[in-house]
Amino acid sequence: MGSAPSLDEQAYVRAGATQTAVKILVVGHFAVGKTTFIRAISEIPPLSTEETMTRAGELFDDLKGVRGKTTTTVAMDFGRLTISERVVLYLFGTPGQQRFVQMWEDMARGALGALVLVDPERLADSFGVIDLIEQYGLDYAIAVNRFDGTRDREERALREALDLLDDTPVVPVDARDQRSSADALITLVRYLLDRAH
Amino acid sequence: MTDYDELGPGAADLVRPYVITKGRGLPDEKQLSLITLVTAAGDEQQRPTSLSPEEQNLLELCTAGYLSVAEIAGHTRLPMGVVKILLSALTERGYLITRPPVQRAPLTDRHILEEVLDGLRAKFG
Repeated sequence: MGSAPSLDEQAYVRAGATQTAVKILVVGHFAVGKTTFIRAISEIPPLSTEETMTRAGELFDDLKGVRGKTTTTVAMDFGRLTISERVVLYLFGTPGQQRFVQMWEDMARGALGALVLVDPERLADSFGVIDLIEQYGLDYAIAVNRFDGTRDREERALREALDLLDDTPVVPVDARDQRSSADALITLVRYLLDRAH
Repeated sequence: MTDYDELGPGAADLVRPYVITKGRGLPDEKQLSLITLVTAAGDEQQRPTSLSPEEQNLLELCTAGYLSVAEIAGHTRLPMGVVKILLSALTERGYLITRPPVQRAPLTDRHILEEVLDGLRAKFG
């Protein structure tokens, strides 16, 4: 980098809220609406990181190639929401790809829980993500994009297909809509709170 | 909407990462998490000129307030591993203050979850 990017004041965490930083994962398969969801909730424009390595040595070997060869991959998007005078919440979104092992470990460690976005037309694409979330021992809720939650039959079929526990929340979400996205997040946090008691 | 934004080649591509990190390897994972909050310590005037341009830039970025490690990587477009190495080296030398996330425990979890729930309801309810 040539020079430091200059950021406006809003880019920084509000002074008091630096006491407690927490995170929730927003996961789902490619193009299910994770970035849209994070944008709807986040107080900063979503940021992304590039990840190239699972171990330091691999990075160096990978970059031996000619300049211009693309070795970095955008691995996650994230946003931020100041919750209170004390707490700042980060939302990390990533597709469920096993190859980003280091990143998944970083993301999952200490996370409060995960919201899994699923597309009812592509349920099978969500299996891998849910496997990963369970593998890391995270509690989760399912948010279904473009889903009419009033139809019990559809919800039963979805629960069966995803092999969900009876108490795992399933909520409809329109990731483009702030209120709808917030409701899904609130459902998750209420569930996490129930589990914590 | 795409999950993979087409990013232009960042400056990080022009220098092999081990040059930027001066050959240092990854720090202890426990030291810096994605949501460890980081800010510059002390007086800008006292910074030695021995810092690399990347280290100078990171310090500059951290001068105006707290950012998470993830945000620093996002703003600089450096790979996360490189950012962690540089930040932990700067912290060791006393140029940065880091605030790690609270340790998870059942009681603190409940309090935090209640606070998050109340905060979300207040903002969006």
